[in-house]
Amino acid sequence: MNKESNTILKVKNLNVVLNNEKIIENLSFKVKRGNVLTVLGPNGAGKTVLLKTLLGVLPYEGEIKWEKEIKIGYVPQRLPFIKDIPMSVEEFFKLKEASKEEIKEILDSVGFEENPALFQKRGIGELSSGQFQRILVAWALIKNPDVLLFDEPTTGIDIGGEETIYTLLAKLKEKRNLTILLVTHDLSVVFKFSNFVICLNKCPICQGVPKEVLTLEILHKLYGEEVKFYKHHKH
Amino acid sequence: MSLITGIFIGGAAGYLGTLMLSKRMALVAGPLGHLTLPGIALALLYGFDVSLGAFPFVILGIILIWLFGMRTKLPMEALTAVVFASGVAIAFLFLPIEQAETALVGDITKVGFADTFLVSFLCLFLFLIIKKIYSKIILINISEDLAKSERIEVKKYNLLFLGAIAVVVALGVKVVGGLLTAALVAIPAATSRNLSKNFFQFSLFGLFFGAISSVLGILLSKFLNLPAGPLIILTATLFFLASIVLRKR
Repeated sequence: MNKESNTILKVKNLNVVLNNEKIIENLSFKVKRGNVLTVLGPNGAGKTVLLKTLLGVLPYEGEIKWEKEIKIGYVPQRLPFIKDIPMSVEEFFKLKEASKEEIKEILDSVGFEENPALFQKRGIGELSSGQFQRILVAWALIKNPDVLLFDEPTTGIDIGGEETIYTLLAKLKEKRNLTILLVTHDLSVVFKFSNFVICLNKCPICQGVPKEVLTLEILHKLYGEEVKFYKHHKH
Repeated sequence: MSLITGIFIGGAAGYLGTLMLSKRMALVAGPLGHLTLPGIALALLYGFDVSLGAFPFVILGIILIWLFGMRTKLPMEALTAVVFASGVAIAFLFLPIEQAETALVGDITKVGFADTFLVSFLCLFLFLIIKKIYSKIILINISEDLAKSERIEVKKYNLLFLGAIAVVVALGVKVVGGLLTAALVAIPAATSRNLSKNFFQFSLFGLFFGAISSVLGILLSKFLNLPAGPLIILTATLFFLASIVLRKR
């Protein structure tokens, strides 16, 4: 069997209810190793809830089946409380029991070229939001996860140089053989970067290869009539 | 004796205080301290150790605050205010007025040898526990989701954390009394936060300022013949003010 085609996640009839409100209804899908899956939907559609449920931190009904002994890295949307605590970059990584070599290697691979010894002593609070976003990705990559769950990277954020967070992710995916599950409401990301999309607005609306399933009709259903839609013909 | 007791309790309170501050719950020690007053009053009436009297009331306070938090949507401050005032009110129903000072602001001069030994031992034990849970609690404070994704048993660590708070508050009343215990926890931590760049320094300075404030406060009280509790807290406040000035680097 070709290992690339292995299913590493199977979700069946997933229902999530929080505070008596149905957030996700009857969602089923599969993820194969090496896929980049985007979860697309308007604000409040349950995208973040889906990621957290897959991560195992929220209660649910139905079936979520990860491949055995899979390692998952999680990149949260933001960490509003982190600046309340004086903490250096190095200490942030040590929370995950990362070794010095690991920290160095990972910071290098997410594109920090500054003197590592100096950089690691810097306070988390002193970083720019772009640098912080990179740090969060790096943090998730410690211990070499198979899967990266990525919650809505702020689009348009300047992470430095010519790179966007997506070109960085694409690079990391190749280098580390990652499977990526990404939450976004940015259509261009879906087309450029992913090979499978789930449209979610509490109920699942569509799923499949982005160019095939994301028709104007589906997008209207997802976002309402106002949506303007540009397909990317870059191939 | 009182110096040794003061160093240990002050240090432990300052150290734990840094963790409480990073969880934005430094003030929780306030209502808990006040709630110990009935326990202290009982202890003074019947002549047993004030910390021993305080402890069950701290536990009760933690359970109450926790329950209120689950049952109502009121913010933590409102809940703690309720517990706060009730503690003081109950204590003054039966606290003999000549003992009021000891209950409110503590009386460290009363500690004996056995007491000191026990307190030091307890504080060392507490220190080890806090050290062990420190980085886990920090991660939980940053994000429970992130902590859970790292397979950290959040509930277990929070419980250990609350337990440590209970012990520190109960010990704190011995040094600075029911009214001032919150300050013993909060002020050194706040001072430390102003001065530190990373959480290693943060915890270390918390411990240091907690201990040094106790020592200076107790020494001052010997010279000035004034109660030690308030002097300890005022010393801590002076350090805090100095830290604000120094912060402008």
